[in-house]
This record gives sequence, C-alpha cells and structure tokens, in this order.
Amino acid sequence: MIDIIANTIIIIGISFDLFGCIGLVRMPDIYNRLQASAKCVTLGTCGILLGVFVKFGFSAAGVKALLCIIFIILTAPVSAHALARGAHRSGVKLWEKSVCDKYKDAK
Amino acid sequence: MRFIRWLSGVLFIAGAVVLIFAFLDVPFAEKLGLYLLMCFLFSLIRMFKGPTPADRAVATDIFGILVIGFCGILAVYSGKSWYIDIAIAWALQSFIGVLALAKFLEGKNFDD
Repeated sequence: MIDIIANTIIIIGISFDLFGCIGLVRMPDIYNRLQASAKCVTLGTCGILLGVFVKFGFSAAGVKALLCIIFIILTAPVSAHALARGAHRSGVKLWEKSVCDKYKDAK
Repeated sequence: MRFIRWLSGVLFIAGAVVLIFAFLDVPFAEKLGLYLLMCFLFSLIRMFKGPTPADRAVATDIFGILVIGFCGILAVYSGKSWYIDIAIAWALQSFIGVLALAKFLEGKNFDD
C-alpha cells in the first residue's frame, strides 16, 4: 500500500517536471520561461522527494529527503527572483505582446 | 508554417511518452528515469539555443533541480540512502551558482 502511494506521488512529480520543461522550450520570452519552469521546483522535484519520504518513513534517507524539501522550497523563489532581476537589469526585452512593465516604472 | 511546427512538437512529445510507457520492455523504475531524461533533453535544448545569456542561466537552474529529482529516483529504486546526500550537496551548489550568475548578469559589483 505504501509503495502504491509513493509511486503515485513520484509519477505526479515527474509529470510536473515534464510540463515545466515543455514550458521552458515553448514560451516566447525569458520571463514567461522563468514563470513556467519555476513549477518544476515546487511541485516536481519536491513531489519526487516527498515520494522518497513516504517510501522510507522516518529513517535516515526519509529525514534527509525532508530536509532537502525544506531547503529547496526556501531557496528556489530567491534564485528565480534574482534571475528575473538580473535579466531585467541587463536589458533583456519583454515579448512584444506583453502589456505592462511595472518594474521599469518603479525604478 | 507555425501550425506545422506546433503539430510536430506535440506529435514528438506524445509519441515519446506513449512509446516509453507502452512499448518499451524495461522495468518500471527505468521508465521513470527515461521520462526525466526527456526533461534533461528539453533543458539542454534551451541551454544550446537560448538567444540571451539569461535564458542559459534559467536552463542551468532547472538542470540542477532536475538532477536533484533524479538522485531521489535513484535512491528509491536502488535502496541506497547516500543518493539523498548527493541531492542535498547539489542543491547547495546550484543555489550558490545561480545567485552568482544573476549577479554576473547585472554587470555590477558583488557588494551592490
């Protein structure tokens, strides 16, 4: 029973990884790509590690997977925000159908 | 022309997913690994053809995240717990590297 639950969570995580990477190839400019591929982190890889935790329980591997989940959830938005800020400061243009650029107005 | 590109992409992705799931005679864990290798392929495509340096930085970030997930799958289906250690170390290294890349993209000093 535990194996079935763990495999289901891992399959959900892998499908979100696949959707995020398709968005990384498909989307038209860098900000859309960043927004689509940040879903890889929260639901994809954290889903896989949550499956590892369900599979192993409170043993060495399970607790280390839980620590890895906490670390990834804390650091992934920071790195995504830093990448978006760096791209905007380095002069990457938005897509031509984008409607507003509040970061340029606020600066 | 645009529709033909869209259709070929959809056919490629759906064909690869159905081929791996139904017609390939490998164990279940290797099928999951092959799906993650498809994700690595997409991330490498964006890393090679990205028009600006920021695109390559985003692709590098996602590549690191995918390596962490791959280590998790290896830990489940081989039963060895030290793959999770590799995942934690890779997460730390990837975070520091992406922050350095972002500061490099801004083109200013590190104490800004």
